[in-house]
Amino acid sequence: MNSEQSLWGRISNSNVFYHFVRDKVAFISASILLLIILAAIFAPLLTSHNPNDLATLDVMDGEIPPVWTEEGDERFLLGTDDQGRDILSAILYGARVSLLIGICAVVLQCLLGVIIGLVAGYAGGRVDSLLMRLADIQLSFSSLMLAIIVLAFFRAFVGGDLYSQFAMVILIFVIGVAEWPQYARTIRACVLAEKEKEYVQAAQVMGFTTVRIMFRHILPNCLSPIFVISTVQIANAIISEAALSFLGLGMPVTQPSLGSLIKSGFDYLQSGQWWITIIPGLFLIVLVLVINLLGDWLRDVLNPKLYKG
Amino acid sequence: MALLEVNNLKIEFPSRHGVAVAVEDVSFEVNPGEILGLVGESGAGKSTIGNAIIDLLSPPGRVAGGDVFLKGEKISSLPASRIRQIRGAEIGFIFQDPMTSLNPLFTVEEQLMETILANLDVTQESAKQKALNMLEQVGIPEPEIRIKQYPHQFSGGMRQRVGIAIALSADPALIIADEPTTALDVSIQDQILQLIRSLCKKRQVGCILVTHDMGVIANITDRVAVMYQGNLVESGTTEQILQRPEHPYTKSLISAVPRADVKLKRFPLVNYIEKASVGFSQIDVSNHWLGQTSASDVSSVAKGEDLLRVEHVNLRFITKNALLAKNRRYIQASDDVSFTVKKGETFGLVGESGSGKSTIARVIAGIYPPESGRIFFADQEISAMSERERRPIRRQIQMVFQNPYSSMNPRMRVQDIIAEPIYFHKLAGSRKEVEMIVGDLLDHVGLGRRAGIKFPHEFSGGQRQRISIARALATRPQLLICDEPTSALDVSVQAQILNLLKDLQDELGLTMLFISHDLPVIRQMCDRVSVMRYGKILEQNETEALFISPQHDYTKNLLALIPHMDHLSREGLMVQQG
Repeated sequence: MNSEQSLWGRISNSNVFYHFVRDKVAFISASILLLIILAAIFAPLLTSHNPNDLATLDVMDGEIPPVWTEEGDERFLLGTDDQGRDILSAILYGARVSLLIGICAVVLQCLLGVIIGLVAGYAGGRVDSLLMRLADIQLSFSSLMLAIIVLAFFRAFVGGDLYSQFAMVILIFVIGVAEWPQYARTIRACVLAEKEKEYVQAAQVMGFTTVRIMFRHILPNCLSPIFVISTVQIANAIISEAALSFLGLGMPVTQPSLGSLIKSGFDYLQSGQWWITIIPGLFLIVLVLVINLLGDWLRDVLNPKLYKG
Repeated sequence: MALLEVNNLKIEFPSRHGVAVAVEDVSFEVNPGEILGLVGESGAGKSTIGNAIIDLLSPPGRVAGGDVFLKGEKISSLPASRIRQIRGAEIGFIFQDPMTSLNPLFTVEEQLMETILANLDVTQESAKQKALNMLEQVGIPEPEIRIKQYPHQFSGGMRQRVGIAIALSADPALIIADEPTTALDVSIQDQILQLIRSLCKKRQVGCILVTHDMGVIANITDRVAVMYQGNLVESGTTEQILQRPEHPYTKSLISAVPRADVKLKRFPLVNYIEKASVGFSQIDVSNHWLGQTSASDVSSVAKGEDLLRVEHVNLRFITKNALLAKNRRYIQASDDVSFTVKKGETFGLVGESGSGKSTIARVIAGIYPPESGRIFFADQEISAMSERERRPIRRQIQMVFQNPYSSMNPRMRVQDIIAEPIYFHKLAGSRKEVEMIVGDLLDHVGLGRRAGIKFPHEFSGGQRQRISIARALATRPQLLICDEPTSALDVSVQAQILNLLKDLQDELGLTMLFISHDLPVIRQMCDRVSVMRYGKILEQNETEALFISPQHDYTKNLLALIPHMDHLSREGLMVQQG
């Protein structure tokens, strides 16, 4: 009941934190995710060379298997690919790209979805119908198909060189725009429920402007579902990016993401160089899994109906 | 031997913040054919006792001590299978909300027969006969037809009758009724109570009636046990408790009941319950910010002249939408409503649920636009204004809402909730001044300025309603609309809030539009009153005149339904009338 606590005091006393430290799955997932994020951020410090800098590569080091196998080389913990690139370094640099695209795409989705959902829910009537039909249309396209079409067109128009320069921005844009209806629908449902509560009417009686009521009063009360969708959507965006890169429409080989790494090793899978593709694949699975587990946990905890005292 | 004996019952709720004791050392007994009223306010533990007796405590609650005996058999700590036999067969339960206590997928007959066949050793045929018989006993007309129907085909009162029939269908020796009439309108409440009473007497069934309502207690109980914060503070015959209460809590509980027979200036003796409204400095309104006027105020209206004029306001809500106008269905929420509110008075709107009284309040406050008709505030027609023109006037019409749990933004601190309108309408200069004003307002409504840094969920219902009032005052309104401000509160807290509203009106010369379904509350609060039904105003008069000589049949009927509490203790009233 004491409200004069420090920020840390409030966090450590909150229900979310209480459940967090008692939930092994959530705790381990969060730890792994934090580890991956830190490793990605500090990749230049952790790796011996920049795998994307051709000058540091030596083709003679090509196709060395991981250290635990007989032909392993202790310089390359997880082996190298055909170009002599260290797989571990490539994964860490690739995780940077994948996470960056995932997070930025979700921020874009979130911005679009929240604004459209708020307006649709609060305005109601025709505006609501129009925006939600737009969302339906958007959802009726497979977002991957949409991305493929846009990326293919773009590539055809601007040419390969320019494309590789702007590949990341375009991927973020395409994945971001393709998935906004998820947010818009959830936010709209939440706004419809909150709009009926008397604190919104109280704000109307005070004479507050519509924008103020929407963003200052209703939006903060819809944050829980936003958090939950965001975790799941980051995982989805990373997978979408990996899939597009695997199809050759995503990141160019000069700055590979996890998806492009998996693709680049795929050709060697048949000839025994399994590590080039399997290890980045496992890494991607772990990354997406921990984000999804965290999302699941968050959904359970933020649903007040599930509190058991 | 008593039918039910409860000895030293103790119930605990363990949680991560420690063990909360919900009920401590409670003992009472119920005899066959006797109705025991278990009265207390929310959180007193009265429903918990009812649930503990039939072993339906919601987890993590547990019985930590004491025994329960039914007909001499100890039923606390019995195995689950035996307890299940006792529920239904020996103890029936009547629930609070008849809208949700019946299964909507089964007919009434199926639900009655299920209970009978599960508990009594009878044939299908005689169970059917018994089900029909039960419906007849609880006064449902045409039982042969009605028994085949589904719950949604019954009104609220009729459903509660079905609920009673189910509770009694297996011939239990005891029924526990948990607030059986709280969800019903007054006019139905009385019928249901009389039904419970007559059935208990006729069948010699013991009854525990859990309620917060002194009117219900006075009407049908034989004996009363008063609960306060998990303890049984007083028990005795109904007459004894109501006329000669011993414990100070019982006294304040009784004096807080709004009376329909006399108008009091304030409610006496209500400070026992919530330790608010004492010890905080009151501001002197005459030279405080709160008592001043702003440049944007509409030209002031002299006391006794019309501040608000509502003329022929109509509003329909669409119940079934359609592309073509002729296929749409409407409900007339406000039907040619006209009235005026004079500066400085309290004008009451009274009616049952669905009568359109809250709709009218929201039209005046500018939440819904009227379909036709005009509204004047200080001789300016606000219903014809644009949003921009209306904004300074909105500030002067404020509203206190019914539900204190949803009327404040749960993500904002109390001080921000109250300060927001002051900043928005630029009513004070510096940040420091605003902080001063917010603190003074919190002091003045009896919460203390330190309440500002907390969030709304840290307060009780009554305290939240005080915050709500402080927020409404923060724009220095001339007209305060109170939409059932106390119907979600306990009766003693209600008395405190009503006292606060009266004080504020005296100090600030506020004009109030007071909406309630509760006639005694209206009598205590209002100078003039309108009675509404189906969106229409049926009768309008001075409050005293309306209560003494009602003209319309509906008003007469409403007044006749107020529980008679002539024999309530009059302690503390003498000072007020003298």
